[in-house]
Amino acid sequence: MNIVEARNVTKSFMGVRVLDDVTLDIALGERVAMMGPNGAGKTTLVRAVLGFYHLDGGTIRVEGCDPVKERVKVLENIGFIPQMPPPVKLSLSELLTFVHRSTGAEKERIIEQSEAMELDLKGHMDKPFFKLSGGMKQKLLIAIALAKRSRLLVFDEPTANLDPKARERFYRLLDSLDYEHSSIFITHRLEEVEGLVNRKIYMDLGKVVEDEKI
Amino acid sequence: MKNLALVAYLDIKESLRARWFYVYAFVFGGLMGLFFISGITDSVVMGFTGLSRLLLVFIQVTIIILPIFILITTVKSISSDRESNVLEYMLSFPISLKEYYWGKLLGRFATVFFPVIVALFVGVAWGVFKGGDMPWAMITLYSALIFSICSVFLGIAFLISTMVKSHDVALGLSFTVWILLLAFIDIALIGLMMQNRVSDELILAIAMLNPLEAFRIGAIALFDPELTVIGPVAYYLLDSLGHTFLMLYAVLYPIFLGVLFALFGYTIFKKRDIL
Repeated sequence: MNIVEARNVTKSFMGVRVLDDVTLDIALGERVAMMGPNGAGKTTLVRAVLGFYHLDGGTIRVEGCDPVKERVKVLENIGFIPQMPPPVKLSLSELLTFVHRSTGAEKERIIEQSEAMELDLKGHMDKPFFKLSGGMKQKLLIAIALAKRSRLLVFDEPTANLDPKARERFYRLLDSLDYEHSSIFITHRLEEVEGLVNRKIYMDLGKVVEDEKI
Repeated sequence: MKNLALVAYLDIKESLRARWFYVYAFVFGGLMGLFFISGITDSVVMGFTGLSRLLLVFIQVTIIILPIFILITTVKSISSDRESNVLEYMLSFPISLKEYYWGKLLGRFATVFFPVIVALFVGVAWGVFKGGDMPWAMITLYSALIFSICSVFLGIAFLISTMVKSHDVALGLSFTVWILLLAFIDIALIGLMMQNRVSDELILAIAMLNPLEAFRIGAIALFDPELTVIGPVAYYLLDSLGHTFLMLYAVLYPIFLGVLFALFGYTIFKKRDIL
């Protein structure tokens, strides 16, 4: 069963073609490393999967649903970690309320996942998210994404703000997920996610130039 | 629509911690304090005394300050959310665009409306304490006028935020809209009237399409039902529209415009790339 189906996807910004006739499927259970130089179209493709962009051509389906027209249904099953933790001004308690009410993910589960990343949330619940350190923010975003138990996990350079120990814990957590899911890791270095992925896709100038199973 | 209230609630909580909110509340609270200190309630100017005079001055200052505060703070927070990828993260959760947009708008409405209303009521309480009568009709109308002016400028701010993605352009556009509605349209219309090239009726109709002008006329009409302070134009307005219609127009027209702009903004938000 394919969780993502992209067919002839084309997207331009200000006349520059950022995605150029991209066709690819990601099956349930596949863990993909998406690589390529800056401007290759990796983040744009992921954002299109998340329903942020109206495509110029082609189609994207996530579990058979259009990410733009059926965004709620699509996003119910996607856990996303952005490249840089955004400066969200909500307090941790408010952010957890937002996640719980919008996705159904239990706050206790997020706290558990945070503890597994060695992040103690309890002493910081009234603190605004943006005031946490870079590493703490990234750990919390990871905890939230994993607590959602989504069938598709999308990580845009997830370990950029983590120290080596935290990276190890993150990899162990991913390994311990006990349900079937797919994941996409956007990364510049394959060696960072090598043990976690079973497929690598290389993009350049908006095209998929290499796609192989590991 | 279960998340609409959630988005509105979180926006209010977030705004209550924001620096702009403290400045905003301080400006309106400070204005009232300034009016008390300067003895506006005790002075008599053109027949207006006590509480009436206090409210008249408050509403005149509101015409200038409120629109620019609403425009700047709203477009600034939305465009900076977009530029700093907060929007990307928050919208990666299963929330419909409808819930997000209207929830944000409702939350923002509450945070811009209540400080002004609270300042108004503090002023009234002070006036009553100083021995004035409770001017219920005036309070009701002023609350309605403030509600309507908040509606129209919030609608414009959300429209600008969805149309323009750049922070700087959005701020520039906000200033332009504010100065245009506050003064430039009137200056241009006065010029046209002096040249006698366009009929006076058309000029007055254009002036009344300006929501700030509608607000201003509505505010004056309560103190001065004959609108004597605006000169001969008053005869034309009162003869052709009547006092009741003029008051209804002053309150309802900006609300209608605000809803229209907000709906237009929502259509753009839905149809264009979010990021």
